[in-house]
Amino acid sequence: MKNAKEISERKKAFRTTVDGTVVNRVYVPANLEGFKEEDIGLPGEYPFTRHIMPTGYRGRLWTMRQYAGFGTVEETNERYKYLHQQGQTGFSVAFHLPTQEGYDSDHPLATGEVGKCGVAIDSLQDMEQLWAGIPLAEVSTSMTINATAPIILAMYIAAAEKQGADKGNLSGTVQNDILKEYIARNTYIFGPTASMRLVTDTCSYCAQNMPRWNSISISGYHMREAGATAAQEAGFTIANGIAYVQAMIDKGMEVDAFAPRFSFFFAAYTNLLEEVAKFRALRRMWAKIMKGRFGAQNPRSMTLRYHAQTDGFTLTEQQPLNNTVRVTLQALAAVLGSCQSLHTCSFDEALALPSEPAVQIALRTQQIIAHESGVADTVDPLGGSYYIEWLTNQIENEAMRYINEIDKMGGILRAIEAGYIQKQIANSAYHYQRAVDSGEQVVVGVNKFATEDEPEPETLEIDTEIEKKQIERLKKLKQKRDNQKVNEVLSRVRDVVRSDQNIIPVLIEAVKVYATIGEISDALRDVFGEYREPSLL
Amino acid sequence: MRHKKIRVLIAKPGLDGHDRGAKVVAQGLRDAGMEIIYVGLRLTPEQIAEAAIQEDVDVVGIDCLSGAHMALFPKTVSLIREKGGENILVVGGGTIPKKDIPKLREAGIAQIFGPGTPIEEIVKFIETTLGKRGNDNQD
Repeated sequence: MKNAKEISERKKAFRTTVDGTVVNRVYVPANLEGFKEEDIGLPGEYPFTRHIMPTGYRGRLWTMRQYAGFGTVEETNERYKYLHQQGQTGFSVAFHLPTQEGYDSDHPLATGEVGKCGVAIDSLQDMEQLWAGIPLAEVSTSMTINATAPIILAMYIAAAEKQGADKGNLSGTVQNDILKEYIARNTYIFGPTASMRLVTDTCSYCAQNMPRWNSISISGYHMREAGATAAQEAGFTIANGIAYVQAMIDKGMEVDAFAPRFSFFFAAYTNLLEEVAKFRALRRMWAKIMKGRFGAQNPRSMTLRYHAQTDGFTLTEQQPLNNTVRVTLQALAAVLGSCQSLHTCSFDEALALPSEPAVQIALRTQQIIAHESGVADTVDPLGGSYYIEWLTNQIENEAMRYINEIDKMGGILRAIEAGYIQKQIANSAYHYQRAVDSGEQVVVGVNKFATEDEPEPETLEIDTEIEKKQIERLKKLKQKRDNQKVNEVLSRVRDVVRSDQNIIPVLIEAVKVYATIGEISDALRDVFGEYREPSLL
Repeated sequence: MRHKKIRVLIAKPGLDGHDRGAKVVAQGLRDAGMEIIYVGLRLTPEQIAEAAIQEDVDVVGIDCLSGAHMALFPKTVSLIREKGGENILVVGGGTIPKKDIPKLREAGIAQIFGPGTPIEEIVKFIETTLGKRGNDNQD
């Protein structure tokens, strides 16, 4: 018999992902030496490694929340009603890029983008029609909006009030995470300092007026999509979280007054076990930081509640049906990682915007995991596995190294200005591509097991007439509203921005007289100026 | 044989912020010995065309994942041509449905490189296309 050490293996080193952790052949109790039992603990108890709730999914399943929005408000409204009938339990709004970057649909930069990556919202009129027939007091809505988050939140509040709802009863989330825009997602408008003012105004307004609203969703997802490893995603996201908490404290707020409404958003990648470990590590890190670094007393301030989305980057254009399998593994990782809500991507997303049949399979994937797989029947079923616990520690340690590095640089804003974070992520992305090109990283159907000439499935096409229709509608709105009132309110918006008052109340006034997203953003641009990405290449 | 380095402008027209692919390709072409001018995000076709002429590039690479390619790619090419860049090779990337590719080719985008394209394939395409042209000119 050969000595076990001499038996050759398929690779020299096994890694979770290209730049990820090196994995041993097998894990034994000795790998967990020095490890404290209380670091795992029980679900619902500090440091919440296993789940934020004592009952896990036995009490309540995660929210199945599909991100959707395209074309005009009428079409998106139809899709929402369809998803609602299919059993979806929450809404998630995708806005088209002009809305996200503070341009009206008739701006030259909006050419070709109207209704493409999301729904076109120019004014309160569009927001009202988006929710026609859907009672906002009874649903929960997540909105992926960042640079223009305070304006969109103001529109949502105004639309809800017009329906007769009380803003105190509204339930949902605004992403409102501007720091990761500079790092990866790129829908910033203003510079970091001005943006942080808007973020903290939004958070403190919500803390005081909207007890059921998540005022921020601190997001690792887009950094991961841009190339970050699991540990980088964890470290950079928590570092952003630290910056937001500190900014709120600097504004004079008590940590327990706002932190319970902070939420998170992460990617679920295909390496199942590494992702589960990542989610467990993240919960533990946040609990320790909130308690130790910021002195939080309320356990709700310490619990990391998160939405997960399966990773769009891993979806292949080649053999697109394979993507349903990738999405299943990724969704499983999110569920085994105890997520609070989940979006599953559609298999055709590398080809076009998702089609209705593809969206349905994506939702069914979650329903099968929830009701047929059995993984939701006990809390944190992988907890206690030598490998999972070792990997959880490993990711926590590596992520904490990034956080310490960023602290040493003087905080995340400095690290962003220096291009440190962007560079780390770009390097990881490049190494990954090189590994795929060389065949070292296998992507099934792309660089291995490829087939020739596959038929392309039916995809969704956005009617180009939408742009004309939306511009026409905007033109009509500008004719029929009271333009003098609009100008008055916009000039007050500028005054409030120059003062230290909270900006949300005046934004609500502005949207109510149908000032548009472009006009309000321009008022802010007048005071704040615009941000340009530093050239790092 | 070309003696000077191939100059490539990489740009993202429109409002799409997904720049992972554009940056990876920029880095890859640079490692393959080309000179890269990365002008980044949120540009109008007009701005890209102007930059291409001013920088006197051989190749322009444009990338879009938001679905706005049909409005932005052909316009970028025609502005480049209008401004005097008759010989500039224009290539594209992003989330581009296959059925749009013939129309984009017709509009003057020489090749579309979709998700999963190895960098080597892009390098080869650029070198061969420019090389052929060089030979044609000599004849």
